[in-house]
Amino acid sequence: MAGENSYDILIVGVGGQGVLLASELISDVAMNAGMDVKKSEVHGMSQRGGIVSSHVRIGPVVYSPTIEHGQADILMAFEQAEGLRALDWMKKDGVAIVSTTRLVPSIVTSSKEFNYPHDPIATMRKNAEHVIAVDADKIAMELGNPRLVNTILLGVMTNYLPFEIGLWQDAIKRRVKERFIDINLKALDRGRQIKLSKVEV
Amino acid sequence: MRELLSGNEAVARGAYEAGVKMAVGYPGTPSTEILETLAMRYRSVYSQWSPNEKVAYEVGIGASIGGGRALVTMKHVGLNVAADPFMTHAYTGVNAGFVVITADDPEMHSSQNEQDNRIFARFAQVPLLEPSNSQEAKDMVVTAYEISEIFDTPVMVRLTTRVSHSKGIVTLGEVTEGPDKKFIKDPAKYVMIPSNARGRHAVVRGRLQLLKRFAEDTPLNIVECNGSKLGIITGGISYQYAKEVLPDADYLKLGFSYPLPMKKIADFIASHEQVIVVEELEPFYEDQIKAAGFHIEGKKYFGAQGELSPIRVAEGLKEAGFIDEIPLALIPHQEGMFPRPPVLCPGCPHRGAFMALKKLGVAVAGDIGCYTLGVMQPLNALDTCICMGASIGNAIGMEKVKGSKKGTVAVIGDSTFLHSGVTGLMDAVYNHSNVTIIILDNRATAMTGGQQHPATGKTLMGDDAHEIDIPSLCKALGVKNYREVDAYDYEQMLTTIKEEIEREEPSVIHTSRPCVLMPKRIMDEPYVVDLELCNGCSACFRIACPAIVASKETNEHGRPKAEIDVTLCTGCSLCAQICPTEAIILQSKFVPEGV
Repeated sequence: MAGENSYDILIVGVGGQGVLLASELISDVAMNAGMDVKKSEVHGMSQRGGIVSSHVRIGPVVYSPTIEHGQADILMAFEQAEGLRALDWMKKDGVAIVSTTRLVPSIVTSSKEFNYPHDPIATMRKNAEHVIAVDADKIAMELGNPRLVNTILLGVMTNYLPFEIGLWQDAIKRRVKERFIDINLKALDRGRQIKLSKVEV
Repeated sequence: MRELLSGNEAVARGAYEAGVKMAVGYPGTPSTEILETLAMRYRSVYSQWSPNEKVAYEVGIGASIGGGRALVTMKHVGLNVAADPFMTHAYTGVNAGFVVITADDPEMHSSQNEQDNRIFARFAQVPLLEPSNSQEAKDMVVTAYEISEIFDTPVMVRLTTRVSHSKGIVTLGEVTEGPDKKFIKDPAKYVMIPSNARGRHAVVRGRLQLLKRFAEDTPLNIVECNGSKLGIITGGISYQYAKEVLPDADYLKLGFSYPLPMKKIADFIASHEQVIVVEELEPFYEDQIKAAGFHIEGKKYFGAQGELSPIRVAEGLKEAGFIDEIPLALIPHQEGMFPRPPVLCPGCPHRGAFMALKKLGVAVAGDIGCYTLGVMQPLNALDTCICMGASIGNAIGMEKVKGSKKGTVAVIGDSTFLHSGVTGLMDAVYNHSNVTIIILDNRATAMTGGQQHPATGKTLMGDDAHEIDIPSLCKALGVKNYREVDAYDYEQMLTTIKEEIEREEPSVIHTSRPCVLMPKRIMDEPYVVDLELCNGCSACFRIACPAIVASKETNEHGRPKAEIDVTLCTGCSLCAQICPTEAIILQSKFVPEGV
């Protein structure tokens, strides 16, 4: 239920993908830009390979720490089926930034009862206007570290939030271990090159 | 100075600012990060994990009587364990200030029930504070110490998951020393023999009258006037949800919510055409306000189960006729998606025991920890889970009435065993039970993030400590049949459990492979699948290892063959041990065809 100058962001992924670090960075940037910010997630069970989601709300004044279905301005998904699963949290004209990563859990491989959706991103595109699919695993490998997927997607997101790039770079410098700072800054820049209007990777 | 802090971090900061001398608790989601933050960032506060919440609470009482401000932290169900000292502590009161944090878990994100511990405050007649965000969490902890010392009472600060685990901007305050108090002998106050306790109960009743007056005047209970005809009485996180939906209604926000400021409430009701109560879980405010003779509603519209949210509050307000429209989601919900439940990690040392227990088909009494995940598909190997330490008692009872002919087993982790399993084991030996108890010792309180406990050899603040020797402890309790098993040796696990369940005596099977994540990440040489040998039987899929994924190659029935994600595989070898075609081999031994 974000008003003017407000941004509701939902980040989803699977335990271990760096969802929480991403939401920390966004919150840091928003606070340093002088906005009010709240973020919320659930720890505990969800870390064991389950779904992890983090809500980040930015605005002049933020009350609820959680977003509602149909209210997210930006959906960032580190796994494509999780992007599809969370799509109804997004506004019809929101922006979805989705990694093409596929993680098929054992509950699907070990039973006939459940299936991984055929093409989650295509289904997302049928239901929402702005879906940016990013082969973040490939870009991360090109940069030389598979753990950069979250920073690459954050780079894409910088195009859709009103914060200067310097604030994002500062946040990375504060939150990332020193020897990984340079590569993360590169990953942020690679992500920032990807925009809706351009040919998608 | 402003910082982005979670509610838990803010509580730690508040304790630091209040000059707390001792912080103590037992890990439990969503409370754990309070003590972790103190131990990491505010090291001038002595902090420790105790073996369970009861001990933690008692240590806290001691610190307060000894003259230092004390903070005791636990999750909601932890207060059940600590209820014994808590209830009588209300009688003795404090010397230096004492605050107990209860972190409740509406919606049961990571808990076995969603009890509303506000009722505990009323039960014990102890003042209750309910912060609604991180700033209030910090500020209210500081105020709670003042209330504790002025009124000579323990104070309860109740958090909920969304307060504990949401981050918000906090303006930091000054760090103070706390009062300079000394231990003073006062048996009439601290020795609760009946003759003294009768006197102290009268003190509790008198104190409650003083607290009622305090509740009327404290700035913790705020009336927000926006000129609306609708007045909303609310507190805790529910206040934030209601403000999200109706920012311009009038509010009576209860930050100090036991005892309730009944006169303030009466004035608020009298000055509004319509009044509604918005609170999560139990009708705690509502019942008391109704009992005072006012006609208000709340639960009728908002329900008493699960978490509230802006949308649930909006729906309730719509039903009550206070709003017309609720914004709806325009993108339809995706039907038929597969579930993604939490699972045991790749290389988890608990996996082998559950594979064996599933195969043997025995009754398995479970407990609280990562291994509770053994109940999930496809392992399906747990039959009970009630509370911390319950597995052994449950198994004793089941076995005594011959619940399962195939045998009765209890599974319990190391931290849970030391928390409250030891007494269960005593019972098993003493009362001639034939149960088999498997202590799944991974040398960490793993589910909550790998906290230390008395058998890890480390304290919360990082000092070396004596490691309790679990085998010697079991033997001292009289366990004659004690077996060590390598958690990664499936055959040994299976045979040992089989032998012990047949024995007409209690036995303990102890596994001691460490957690693969903590304190250090274990990554041995990974295994790979030889797709030439794999016949797609899916035996390895059924051990629920996240590192084993479906290959694009299929067998003659179109079922996928297996593939191992070498970035996840820790080399535990369990899948290789159960593969009927020996298709799973160490990466270094694998020679692809044509090489």
